[in-house]
Amino acid sequence: MHIGIDVGGTNTDAVLMEGTRAIEGVKHSTTPDVTSGIVQAIEDLRARHPFQDTQIDAVMIGTTHFINALVQANRLAPTAALRLGLPATKALPPLVDWPEALSSAIQGRSYLAHGGYEFDGRPISPLDPEELRKHAADMKSNGIRSVAVSSVFSPVNHDLEVETGRILADELGPEVAISLSHEIGRIGLLERENATIINAALRELASEIVDGLTAAVRAEGISAPIFLSQNDGTLMDEDYVRLYPVATFASGPTNSMRGAAVTSGLATCAVVDIGGTTTDIGLLINGFPRETANEVKVAGIRTNFRMPDVLSIGIGGGSIVDPVSGEVGPESVGYRLTTEALVFGGSTLTATDIAVAAGRADIGDPSKVAHLDPDFIRRVLDRIAERISEAVDRMRTSPDPIPVVAVGGGSVLLPDRLPLFGTVHRPENYAVANAIGASIAQVGGEIDKVFAVEPGHREETLAQVRAEASDKAVAAGAKPSTVMIVDFDEVPLPYLPGNATRIRVKAVGDLDMGA
Amino acid sequence: MAWTMTAGDVENVARGAAVLGTGGGGDPYIGALLATRALQEHGEIPVVTLEELPEDALVLTVAMMGAPTVMVEKLPSLEEVIAPVRELGAYLSRPVTHIACAEIGGVNSTIPVAAAAALGLPLLDADGMGRAFPELQMVLPTLYGVTASPLAFGDEKGNVGVLQTVDNSWTERIARVACVEMGCSVMISGFRMTGSQARESLVEGSLSRCIAIGKEIVRARAAKSDPVAAAVELLGGRELFAGKVADVQRATTRGFARGQARIDGQDAVLMLSFQNEHLVAESDGRILATTPDLIIVLEHETGEPITTEGLRYGQRVRVVAAPSDERWHTSAALAMVGPGYFGYDHPSYRFDGSVEDLAEAIA
Repeated sequence: MHIGIDVGGTNTDAVLMEGTRAIEGVKHSTTPDVTSGIVQAIEDLRARHPFQDTQIDAVMIGTTHFINALVQANRLAPTAALRLGLPATKALPPLVDWPEALSSAIQGRSYLAHGGYEFDGRPISPLDPEELRKHAADMKSNGIRSVAVSSVFSPVNHDLEVETGRILADELGPEVAISLSHEIGRIGLLERENATIINAALRELASEIVDGLTAAVRAEGISAPIFLSQNDGTLMDEDYVRLYPVATFASGPTNSMRGAAVTSGLATCAVVDIGGTTTDIGLLINGFPRETANEVKVAGIRTNFRMPDVLSIGIGGGSIVDPVSGEVGPESVGYRLTTEALVFGGSTLTATDIAVAAGRADIGDPSKVAHLDPDFIRRVLDRIAERISEAVDRMRTSPDPIPVVAVGGGSVLLPDRLPLFGTVHRPENYAVANAIGASIAQVGGEIDKVFAVEPGHREETLAQVRAEASDKAVAAGAKPSTVMIVDFDEVPLPYLPGNATRIRVKAVGDLDMGA
Repeated sequence: MAWTMTAGDVENVARGAAVLGTGGGGDPYIGALLATRALQEHGEIPVVTLEELPEDALVLTVAMMGAPTVMVEKLPSLEEVIAPVRELGAYLSRPVTHIACAEIGGVNSTIPVAAAAALGLPLLDADGMGRAFPELQMVLPTLYGVTASPLAFGDEKGNVGVLQTVDNSWTERIARVACVEMGCSVMISGFRMTGSQARESLVEGSLSRCIAIGKEIVRARAAKSDPVAAAVELLGGRELFAGKVADVQRATTRGFARGQARIDGQDAVLMLSFQNEHLVAESDGRILATTPDLIIVLEHETGEPITTEGLRYGQRVRVVAAPSDERWHTSAALAMVGPGYFGYDHPSYRFDGSVEDLAEAIA
């Protein structure tokens, strides 16, 4: 058995799982200290379905802590960004396009140094250790506690980043964390560097959170290993989280999507998650979320780490409905739904009121919406269905049919059949879908690099990259016999000589729980 | 009249250039950021009209040559743009007086802004195309006997070269080799012009036009009126089609991103063919517009321009055609940038759907 826990901003959910079957699920309010919420959730699970501590093979946790810390500019470490690339890149130094509030929240300092590579791996200029030591001394005197190192074309060759990390560690000592850009992002220097700086700023918090989560689970007497979910839905162990907290950023929507898919028995589907204010739509392909191809802005910062591609539209249970035009949202009463909606005695017409009036939901006092015109109600619901189905259509990449799974408290707004897509699937256990999503025990390894593919050696290169990704998955804890390549992408880079090709391979396997 | 460009104008320049760039030019992010930073650091720049240009002016175009993928990784230092311009001035034994854009579209409309700021030189409110095209020689000055050579190129390390070649294709061949050696992202400067050559061969008012279009789209959006209609009005063009992107096929051949996009409308289908830029729009076997007139794809509601790389299944778009500069419609110009040059065996169609009469074009 294993336990899946999802710590959201509002609720902490926990499930007890046997393989892919949920035995028991509980829901709790998230506590300010986080750990007591987790302790409570595990105790509740145990009360409903007693288990021995030794029966638990693993605990998987999904958390929105890190992205919240960034969005709220809260508890971020004083961070330096050092880039190797001089004499190139001078016109746009690190932190160049950051929102002022965030760069001051991390007390950001930016440094340029010699080094970096050309597209084909030739050095731009040699590393200058003396220059790096001078920068390190300046960091030290300014109280920097975490450093992000980036280098031009480090996805082609990362030797200089590694070497620089070593020199900085010697100067700054073990208490200063160092994050290297080639381990975090992909081609696109500014975006990769930004993701690395965010990661660096979260390193101290990551250690605190991991210590807290571990303490909470251990306090319950469970000694099984603890994993956290990553953006793509695979798991990482606690040591990895301490190094790469940024990899948890989008685990919330990912876990919700994967949970919805597992509980409805589908691996490829569109998941429509209708909350209080927005409807979030994502695509699952073979159980993994489709990821964005482009840059994504996180808290106003342009990054390019892999995030599930989620389209949000302003329709939710709390959306305000115009009593004349029948248009829905994007304004919402949000958490004030239980005081402001008509069915709760308030004075604002919301989407929830429409759902109650149509008999699709049974909450509040239905007599308070009995006066609504049935034609108006139908018009509003038809419009919601049309807009959501248009948004799902935008998300799919081809006109091929794809099943739609609806989850979230606001999913009562959707009819049983959707224009273009037919039957809407509604999984039963979705109240704890995020926790179920977190508990899916898979680990992965990914390689995303630029290779110079020599003529006649394409197959050889590809085989080598596949093997590297599989090894990485095994190193992350996958059972070797279960490792599969789930994603493969090969893109020749235009205008470049020497068959420069970007190859991306993702291997995934089942977590080895030693059973 | 001369005016001043500030960092606040860059966003509108970039948006307007993405419209006039007819789908080419790539992601404008780095170029716009570069121009914004340069104007903040070096101060605003004077922008001079062609009319005001003195006869003894020495005008040079500035552009980036190489792979866009490299530019997002090996970011510019801006020194690589200063050295070639100075070197070309030295080669010509005369100081360079003005900078111009070779084309309007993507990074090559914002890099000259950054270059003018870094060099402390005025920028011309004009460009060599009034749109974007994929090849070096595809500028109006070519039709007036202005050559790319002597052409200077430079990298961030300080390496500079000046090429004196026998024709534009040699310029392209030799510069391309040097470009790869220098790391596949260099700045080039050439097409030197006097005041009267610039007046004769450049497209007047390009930057003002970019800013006007960029502003108008934002204004119409804020006023909840139709930004696409507002853009069409400013461009003096017509809306060809509205629909959903149903299929996009691309292939990279000989360094160019070629492809086709199918757009499904209410009861018709539009096919767009592109090579970096949109070249031909046809519907049900009928050609609606071709190069050298402008074919522009805008997002259905926001009017935000969509590049050929950014086209994706499911987008709701509107396709607009607009007239290009009249000098693109002579037979010599059509031979250089018309459908025939890009491998299509039909004549060129104007933005309004009329067939271009070559006999008339010669006259």
